[in-house]
Amino acid sequence: MTEKQLMRGSHVIGEAAVRAGCRFYAGYPITPQNELTEYMAGAMSRIEDGVFIQAESELAAVNMVIGAAMAGARTMTSSSSPGVSLKQEGISYLAAQELPAVIVNTMRGGPGLGNIAPSQGDYFQATRGGGHGDYRHIVLAPASGQELADLTRTAFEYADRYRTPVMILGDGMMGQMMEPVTFPEPLDLTGLPDKPWKLDGAKGRPSRVILSLLLNTALEEELNWKLFRKYETIAQEIPAAETFMTEDARMVVIAYGTAARIAKGAVKALREKGLRVGLLRPVTLWPFPDRVIRDMSRSVADFLAFEMSTGQMVEDVRLALEGRARVHFYGRPGGIVPTPDEIAGVLHTRYERSGLGGLS
Amino acid sequence: MAKKIFERPRYLKENVYHYCPGCGHSIIHRLVAEVLDELAIGERTIGVPPAGCAVLAYNYLDVDMGEAPHGRGAAVATGIKRMLPDRIVFTYQGDGDIAAIGTAETIHAANRGENVTVIFVNNGVYGMTGGQMAPTTLLGQSSTTTPGGRDRSRDGMPIDLSQMLAVTGGSVYIERTAVHSPKHVRRTKKALAKAFKTQMQGLGFSLVEVVSQCPTNWKMTPADACRWIEETILSFYPLKVIKDEVGDI
Amino acid sequence: MITETIFAGFGGQGVLMMGYVFAVSVMRDGMNVTYLPSYGAEVRGGTANCTVVVSDEEIASPVSSSPDHVVVMNNPSLLRYQGMIRSGGTMMINDSLVEAKLARDDVEEVRVPVTDIANELGSPRIANMIMLGAFAAKTGLTSLNSLMNGLTEIVKGKKASIMDLNRKGMEQGARYVTRAS
Repeated sequence: MTEKQLMRGSHVIGEAAVRAGCRFYAGYPITPQNELTEYMAGAMSRIEDGVFIQAESELAAVNMVIGAAMAGARTMTSSSSPGVSLKQEGISYLAAQELPAVIVNTMRGGPGLGNIAPSQGDYFQATRGGGHGDYRHIVLAPASGQELADLTRTAFEYADRYRTPVMILGDGMMGQMMEPVTFPEPLDLTGLPDKPWKLDGAKGRPSRVILSLLLNTALEEELNWKLFRKYETIAQEIPAAETFMTEDARMVVIAYGTAARIAKGAVKALREKGLRVGLLRPVTLWPFPDRVIRDMSRSVADFLAFEMSTGQMVEDVRLALEGRARVHFYGRPGGIVPTPDEIAGVLHTRYERSGLGGLS
Repeated sequence: MAKKIFERPRYLKENVYHYCPGCGHSIIHRLVAEVLDELAIGERTIGVPPAGCAVLAYNYLDVDMGEAPHGRGAAVATGIKRMLPDRIVFTYQGDGDIAAIGTAETIHAANRGENVTVIFVNNGVYGMTGGQMAPTTLLGQSSTTTPGGRDRSRDGMPIDLSQMLAVTGGSVYIERTAVHSPKHVRRTKKALAKAFKTQMQGLGFSLVEVVSQCPTNWKMTPADACRWIEETILSFYPLKVIKDEVGDI
Repeated sequence: MITETIFAGFGGQGVLMMGYVFAVSVMRDGMNVTYLPSYGAEVRGGTANCTVVVSDEEIASPVSSSPDHVVVMNNPSLLRYQGMIRSGGTMMINDSLVEAKLARDDVEEVRVPVTDIANELGSPRIANMIMLGAFAAKTGLTSLNSLMNGLTEIVKGKKASIMDLNRKGMEQGARYVTRAS
């Protein structure tokens, strides 16, 4: 472990990626995540076999990542919302070709060019398989500096383990904020399992092909079911959520990333006033931790989804609950970051209106 | 005992080509396979096939192959080559793939001087999708999307991508050849060998543009297609060494 | 115990640096801390601010609803934050540049002519460190030694003479508010 240091979120992802064995990064400038690209430029130049490329476009960057992943490297690209839209082509191919890669989306206000303020408007794109075709990919939603470090390492592990693209879904605030962080020691890459599918020249073995074209519909269906079974395995193995003060809660706010931090502040403040509120924070957005939410509905009748959007994750909350509890929603889109007081006010009002009691 | 004077190249799989009769792709595939064998680099070569008629190139070329999205061959090749600089990496792309949807990736890979080899097959038409206008379709040439012929004011001029790439700082060897006659086939093979040698010596971006026949979509017999290349296409796309900073290697 | 502070001023006044040095300082003091800067177009537009939350417990929100302390280096910042600061909070004001009076009587107003002091010390650029020294002395959230250690950690490799000047600035700022109270 390194000594604790105060570090910007974007830099944390970069350092954690390097320590997780990332050896190839390609990216394109876009605010508010340029600090990550710049960090990787420096970091890769200090590693003997590290490669950094400032690509001519987001599209080129993700396709370079495809190539590097084919060659067996641990790879990463990053961008912010408009740029991630461009990357969707490549992400679909990564999914189809079962190539491991890490993609970071530091979300900003949208749609269109939008603005550069923190937002959570890309939830659907991230969790539904944002490109064409029938696929999903893992989406991790860190909510603190330390978690950025930890989940970045996890992202690379999942990418290799499941041969899938993994997205780290943050926002402008997660990228810019500084918090104390410690890092694990750099990974010994020689200890990683071999990739018996990678392309490095057919010396002493039959030639290999990594493709996504399957003109034979039976083969394409087979690939789709194979991917589906993989996604089912992932959905069994990795859903994760943090719960905070939910044991005796009568109303639980569900929020991820930056919104969860703000909500936590609101929950703390309301607890001091005697309201039995709690927080459930999905750490994996896909797979969504629906079992935790479903289980919680045995004792909680009211959930409030809070997002920095007009309501996207709330659909997953409803799907998880299947009508077992009331689902409220509060959102602030467009790059607005509400204060804990604002969320506390909303929670308080809904709490009273739902007949859960007032101030003690 | 009979002497064997002709055989299947080592790096060509025993599959029957899906290409139409008279198509240039099968000739060019064979030339690539022969060159990889003669340069003894087949076991350390990774190819990147395109989207287009040659999308199934991996069914024929017996080397590691990684499929790129339409037009992104140069970017995918960049990723592979940068991670494995001692391997030989080539893309195989048609005119629509490289000179329309993939223009940006190609120009920037050339400009960075990526040490890869690009085989650019120019037959002036989108073959796989059924004969639409390509960026390289000649003025007046009919296609399914230029039924009365390509019109300058509506469709623009045919593009000369090789010339464009020649002015980038990172390209070192660019030649345009053809495969419509034995003489031109031999010349193409020499050019391919030089392009791969350029890469083996780490000299930078190399590209061979092969003007190729597409009798099916041109709606011609194979013989007429070859004649049309000689008499018409080559006047707009003359065969020549477009850039050579490599010399004799 | 949780304390929220906002530092605000013109871009170029070293406002983000103030918050950054303070954040590193309290982290080395063993506290939990979050540092949230304004960024991008907001900064290029001419104003900059950052929020530093310090706590001995895990910090929930890095966003402040109503800060305990606000340090304002220019007029617009005073106007922006005077309605937001919590009752009983402390507003530290750059008296050299801010003419407006605080329109709150439930907030302690501490005015320090940091630009003037900086000019007396021969370097207008250390006005922010003078304010930071005053802020630390007034609030007791950290010590001058910790601030100097924080600054040293951030600006690794700066000349000793420059570090001395910064220390002198912090001390002057601290002295100003201790003398005044």
